[in-house]
Amino acid sequence: MKDLIKGKAIVVGKNIDTDQIYPGRYLELVDPNDIAKHAMEGVDPNFYKRFNPGDIIVADKNFGCGSSREHAVITLKTAGVAAVIAPSFARIFYRNAINLGLPLITCANITEFVKEGEELEVTLSTGTIKNNTVTTEIQGDELPPFVLEMISYGGIKQYYIHKHEEK
Amino acid sequence: MHAIEKVLARASGKREVKPGEIIQAKIDLAEVNDLYLQTIKSFYEMKGTKVWDPDKITFILDHYAPAPSIQAASNQKEMREFCKEQGIKHLFDVNEGVCHQVMVEEGLVWPGMILVATDSHTTTHGAFGALGTGVGATDLATIMLTGELWFKVPEVIKIEINGKLKSGVMAKDVILHILSKLGTDAAVYKAIEYTGETVAEMSIAERMVICNMAVEMGAKTSYIQPDEKIIAYVKERTGKTFEILKTDDDYEYAASYTFNVEDLKPQVALPHSVDNGVDIDKIKEVKVDQVFIGTCTGGRLEDIEVAARIIKNNKIHRDTRLLVIPASKEVLEKAIEKGYMTTLIKAGATFTSPGCGPCLGTHQGLLAPGEVCATTSSRNFPGRMGSTEADIYLVSPATAAAIAITGKITDPRGYIEMSGKGGEA
Repeated sequence: MKDLIKGKAIVVGKNIDTDQIYPGRYLELVDPNDIAKHAMEGVDPNFYKRFNPGDIIVADKNFGCGSSREHAVITLKTAGVAAVIAPSFARIFYRNAINLGLPLITCANITEFVKEGEELEVTLSTGTIKNNTVTTEIQGDELPPFVLEMISYGGIKQYYIHKHEEK
Repeated sequence: MHAIEKVLARASGKREVKPGEIIQAKIDLAEVNDLYLQTIKSFYEMKGTKVWDPDKITFILDHYAPAPSIQAASNQKEMREFCKEQGIKHLFDVNEGVCHQVMVEEGLVWPGMILVATDSHTTTHGAFGALGTGVGATDLATIMLTGELWFKVPEVIKIEINGKLKSGVMAKDVILHILSKLGTDAAVYKAIEYTGETVAEMSIAERMVICNMAVEMGAKTSYIQPDEKIIAYVKERTGKTFEILKTDDDYEYAASYTFNVEDLKPQVALPHSVDNGVDIDKIKEVKVDQVFIGTCTGGRLEDIEVAARIIKNNKIHRDTRLLVIPASKEVLEKAIEKGYMTTLIKAGATFTSPGCGPCLGTHQGLLAPGEVCATTSSRNFPGRMGSTEADIYLVSPATAAAIAITGKITDPRGYIEMSGKGGEA
């Protein structure tokens, strides 16, 4: 997993729930590529066309609230989202993202700092976020060592496989 | 320590735990529902072969019950096969009902346990003094592999609720009111304990409602100190021995809120957020196309009973349809036995088999663009029950029943004297 993530900001609002990230009617799908086609469909049916590999979602508070569906992370990750930055995340979404190796950065004032389409640069190990379009810098929360370790393996699956092999 | 911390300490082999600490806890029960074939996929992707303990895993096929598509049917088929291969006896098929009702009825829930499920509404089990929490598929797969899960020990928020509820006002109104005051992110990463005289008076089903919707404030888990009512119910259902843990007198809560609900009016959460609750008499005329009584929030026996009492000797409004989906097979059987089903069907209700129904927009009563639904379920996010252009209003079962008669948002007070509550979960 790269420590430095660079990408364009896609800005969304507060309390974006998992039904908006991934509507319930697609929960029977199991192939990640099928799942990716419905990313953020509850916000806008054509939203997935806005994603380019490496994009960074910048959201307002409580991103990912609602259901426990892991599809919400699979859809964003497969659609090419490299990281999500928000003042706060719902806890199940947070766990799912860390487990699947999608970095989340908590940053209190992020929405005042970034506009749609601006170029961001995030250093995961420090939580530093640079806006290269307007050359400013802001400090997000540092990820706990436990979480960083999990992400460094690419997620909990690789982490467990590695632990197995160690034994 | 709080009782929740004592549960976590015991499960992680520690004498003491502190908020913020990350611990590895042994899990007493792991539940998978039929939305998450990914759980089995992740289990194999992690090179799993045999589950850690087949008796501590349960599969409940409730979200697509019965299967509405070939894909959903195939997912359920793989789950049944997995249970057979792994010797998992607790497989509850499409006839049984919603996981949070079925696990309780089957005696799989007891005070002081840790229950982890692939469903956010697992906070429901705080009503029994259990630590219930929802996770995603891969987290659950790690439990199937190891029997353990990592937790950050949560801070606890205390919500004290006092006052005797007026006739026509239910637990759903109480929690919608609390949500409207505290907001959807009031308890993110935290636990909620409910206490106070109103809670003590509540039936088991009502306690399950307020614990169920703790997750709508972002809570990791919820808790009500078990009393005689809970202990008697659990003992009747399970052979498990359990110990009732208590919070130490010197425990300091992260925050405390007090609500007096004596004069609370029936509440309605307006589209599209669960914290949009308002007094019902503030709402101007809103016509309703579909009324839904059901789910892990509002489909228990006393919910259907209230609806039957209100609707008895009435007809469903001709421009409105009423869907009733009992939360479990046991609820369905009792609703038949007590005549509630006949009453509701005669009035024009549509019944479907126990399960989650249209709550999460998968099947059995989805909404068209421009339609309005009043529901006893727990979420009114855009597109939750079908079209993103439909409007969802969250209400109590009593309010839902009154709406079914008039075809528009209607105050249930005046339709019923709600004395002598059933008290059955």
